[in-house]
Amino acid sequence: MTQTAREIQFREALREAMSEEMRRDDRVFLMGEEVAQYNGAYKVSQGMLDEFGPKRIIDSPISENGFAGLAVGAAMYGLRPIIEFMSWSFSLVAADQILNNVPKMLYMSGGQWGCPVVFRGNDGAGGQLGSTHSWCVEGLYSNVPGVKIAIPSNPYDAKGLLKTAIRDDDPVFFLESERMLGDKGHVPAEEYTVPFGEAALRRQGDACTLVSFGRPVNFCLEAADELRKTGIEVDVLDMRTIRPLDIESIIRSVRKTGRVVVVDQCWPFASVASEVITQVCERGFDYLDHQPLRVNTEDVPTPYAKNLEYAYLPNKEKIVAAVRRTLA
Amino acid sequence: MMLIREFEVRCAQAYQQAKIGGFCHLYIGQEAAAVGTLNAVNPDDPVVLAYRDHGHALARGMDPGACMAEMYGKATGCAKGKGGSMHMFDRPHWLFGGHGIVGAQTPLGAGLAFAARYEWEVLGRSLENPGVPAGSPPRRKVCLCYLGDGALNQGALHEAMNLAGLYSLPVIYIVENNGYSMGTSIDRGTTMAHDLMAKANAYGIEGRAIDGFDILALYDEFKPLVDLCRQKQVPAFVDLKTYRYQGHSMSDPQKYRTKDEVEAWKAKDSIDRFAHHLMSERTGSDGRPVLSEQRFSEIQDDVRTRVRAAVEFAEASPVPDLSELYADVMVNPHPGMSPSGTYVTGAPNPLLR
Repeated sequence: MTQTAREIQFREALREAMSEEMRRDDRVFLMGEEVAQYNGAYKVSQGMLDEFGPKRIIDSPISENGFAGLAVGAAMYGLRPIIEFMSWSFSLVAADQILNNVPKMLYMSGGQWGCPVVFRGNDGAGGQLGSTHSWCVEGLYSNVPGVKIAIPSNPYDAKGLLKTAIRDDDPVFFLESERMLGDKGHVPAEEYTVPFGEAALRRQGDACTLVSFGRPVNFCLEAADELRKTGIEVDVLDMRTIRPLDIESIIRSVRKTGRVVVVDQCWPFASVASEVITQVCERGFDYLDHQPLRVNTEDVPTPYAKNLEYAYLPNKEKIVAAVRRTLA
Repeated sequence: MMLIREFEVRCAQAYQQAKIGGFCHLYIGQEAAAVGTLNAVNPDDPVVLAYRDHGHALARGMDPGACMAEMYGKATGCAKGKGGSMHMFDRPHWLFGGHGIVGAQTPLGAGLAFAARYEWEVLGRSLENPGVPAGSPPRRKVCLCYLGDGALNQGALHEAMNLAGLYSLPVIYIVENNGYSMGTSIDRGTTMAHDLMAKANAYGIEGRAIDGFDILALYDEFKPLVDLCRQKQVPAFVDLKTYRYQGHSMSDPQKYRTKDEVEAWKAKDSIDRFAHHLMSERTGSDGRPVLSEQRFSEIQDDVRTRVRAAVEFAEASPVPDLSELYADVMVNPHPGMSPSGTYVTGAPNPLLR
């Protein structure tokens, strides 16, 4: 296998990003539950304790509010913490730190102290984890000014975006998915980063624009392949970051297609999909030939049963149906 | 202490004249707590506060004009008018903010201590901070983290103390125990109120109960604790017994305590007591008291002049320009961050000029 065709898992891409940045910058450290001796609850940080030692790869007790706040203080002082939440669902108990302190510190201090922390972990339904462990926090957290939110859909972006996140002077919420950690993809061995605020066009077509971010991008690609069989070609835009939002790319595509479906793994009410559609209407209303549609999770707590969970999440069938509706 | 008291009296007046908005928590009565403890640390030791924070800011060296202007919501305030009374930040003085949510600053205290320890233990060099050139040899530091007795019952404190104990972080949690969390006396809200050390000991942290109304005794007991924490790089916990003469905030009718109780504390006022000590008990080599009546009165005049100047500075200062609304949200603002405006880099903070 040549270097440029190198394929690695999503979790390995995350690990490479962290390890490379930790080698480059000794201010960077990783803290979280089971990140060190256990080698990561999901094996993302496997081997990092061996390389960097216990002063930089730090096991924390189950105290999300405590260690999230510790990261705030450490970042203000001048370090570059990476905090792993085993699941973003658990970040809710750290809400005061990550929503009250992290995004507001620079503003509240009149520009004296920023808060360059990366919080990362699994977001979204993991596979029959039930309602308390299946949070998609982007719907809630993207409402708060002062943070950047990155949400990769594949290993290449996972590595490039995480490196950008660690180097950024602002706080970044980095949303991964347990369901994608084993996904393999092309990740070059050479150094690269993926910039924030630049959507990637994954499929091209002029029938409709599919907009998504994170794991559901992959459902959109399945839907696009399905639609292609019946001669329908769609644009699939992978946003890669929610804040900043590359609305220019969306508008450019909608100008071409006249139709837009936003696919979002959050609940529909006041969701990222709501925001994208609002901005499309504000800036590109005249280009639309059909009202914008959204495919969110169903507006209920996440069910446990496998069939109910599948019915609850966005999926290929729902996306195909929505695209067909815009074309009817 | 006299500066803080005079400052707070003028704050109350300005608040009653509606020149200061929002919540305003006065420090009158508690002055010795901030002055006695902050004088026991170095200028480059990190300090983080709760929301009753004007006194500490002044004791740490913040320009009274910047402090008053912040409360006036003026562009010359320490946070350019974006923080207010509860959020006094002063980077040059290593003051990492007053914090409005009860207990929220306590994990930050652990984090500041973590970073200070990481600085000498992992980096082996100083990070770039005020008065410290990047790359200079690191010094062992101690973080002072202040909280009220109300914060004793917040989960954040207990998580922070556990982390501080676990990682051996050089942070001193100073409970300014004024006996009331707003209108709830400590006995009504806190278990083991008669022995708060039990709480710290549960996390492997040593502590001391100190009289916060006697500044000399306070300093003499606190300073060795600071030295110990600095040298051994361990946390500590202090139950600093104190009292506030005013209500919890400016809007507090104080029906939860008696006038007699307030008067009893005022009778042992820390400023009066210290002044009396210097004017009658402590004598210099010439056998005369170290502080004369005349010098005391000069200090009073000086303090009044300085606070008057701070008020005049705040009054005369401009309100923030509307362009500041979208400034200081992000250090590195990308296009597309917000649908309602464009984030921009803010004007330099007056404290950092």
